Amino acid sequence: MIPAEFAYRRAASVEDAIALLADPDAKVIAGGHSLIPMMKLRLARPGLLVDIAGLPLGGIADGAAEIVIGALTTHADIARASSLAAGALAAVAECSAAVGDAQVRNAGTIGGSVAHGDPAADAPAALLALDARIRVLGAAGRREVPAAEFFKGPFWTALGEQELVAAVVYPKPSGQAASAYVSVEDPASGYPLAGAAALVVVDGGRVVSARIGVTGVAGTPFRATVAEAAAVAGGGAGAAVSSASRDDIAGQAVFGDSRFDEEYRRHIAAIVIGRAVERAVARAQGGAR
Amino acid sequence: MPEQRTARHRVTMTVNGVARTLEVEPRTLLVHALRNELALTGTKIGCDTSQCGACTVLVDGRSLKSCTVLAVQAEGKSIITIEGLASGSTLGAVQEAFKQHHGLQCGYCTPGMVLATVELLGHTPNPDEAAIRHGLAGNVCRCTGYTGIVDSVQAAAAAGAGR
Repeated sequence: MIPAEFAYRRAASVEDAIALLADPDAKVIAGGHSLIPMMKLRLARPGLLVDIAGLPLGGIADGAAEIVIGALTTHADIARASSLAAGALAAVAECSAAVGDAQVRNAGTIGGSVAHGDPAADAPAALLALDARIRVLGAAGRREVPAAEFFKGPFWTALGEQELVAAVVYPKPSGQAASAYVSVEDPASGYPLAGAAALVVVDGGRVVSARIGVTGVAGTPFRATVAEAAAVAGGGAGAAVSSASRDDIAGQAVFGDSRFDEEYRRHIAAIVIGRAVERAVARAQGGAR
Repeated sequence: MPEQRTARHRVTMTVNGVARTLEVEPRTLLVHALRNELALTGTKIGCDTSQCGACTVLVDGRSLKSCTVLAVQAEGKSIITIEGLASGSTLGAVQEAFKQHHGLQCGYCTPGMVLATVELLGHTPNPDEAAIRHGLAGNVCRCTGYTGIVDSVQAAAAAGAGR
């Protein structure tokens, strides 16, 4: 399959890219692993591709208070990043490690994944659990959008017409914190049927706070706040969290299809939520995994 | 700007160590540039939807599915195809291991399988079976049942292909 015709420009700078995006028919391309398949199928038919792959928007900056991951950083590099390998931001690396296969992770970028807004993407789970911000550049300058406000619906984000994702910013949690991402994938597509990221803080063996982000289940990733409260009240026991999360999931318009119906997905979602919390608590307490 | 849509772009890349310059439409896929413009037909087109891995090539040392890369995106890159692994009639170490250990039957997936293995062994020189199966999850074989492929990768690792 060959995409329909389009014009192609390699952006010389971020400013150049933003100027080129003034064309309402333009789309940004980086790794292209979401966009090119859609263009082959004519689900997307941009008149102009603005290639930002050569711009200095890659790399992971490990600061004192936050970690900034440039938009062009590939899932492969995030999955292998030593600064994310253990502890509080482990879920970030685990979300990228869960994407596609080795070749897809070598091409796909975190910025592309975020901008694409696929409801079956892995990354939004960690973005929500870790209270990340999406750094956006546009004609009006730079702004940062909390992850909770960024994802609006399937393939719909807060990104404006003449804006591009520059980075994702993860605040470093204080205290004895750890995170984990657990998903159950469609064995054919590799996309999560349900994925949950949990961030927990423990103090003296007690869970003092928990944040849970859930992806793959509904049109928009969401926080599981009932399950979060159960994690604190119940010391992070997976079964109690999983049971409580059914109230979070009940409020969602859950996907269903002929192979994985709605009821099954609700069930899987509750399970991965419980497991993510359990794994994060074990990590925070210095246990296994 | 519809008049620009069929404008051909000049792309310069290094393919198997040789600098090549092509004139391509923006929509030309890398796999088509390699096969149709450069006659490097060892790179196969299988599913054409970035699932099967038959079109895998190395771009700056990283395995990529060339059916999901535009040729214009390869500007300035160094590309290795299956034709770039052997020297004369001497197969590369991974190719030789696949030959010796029945890592193929029909051979259609083999160029992609071999190149994905080259990258895998580059960062994980001694993978266990789970790491091999995970590392090659993006490459589909419908003949072997993968057992021969796992054996081949282990043999290539033992022969030092990743060092």
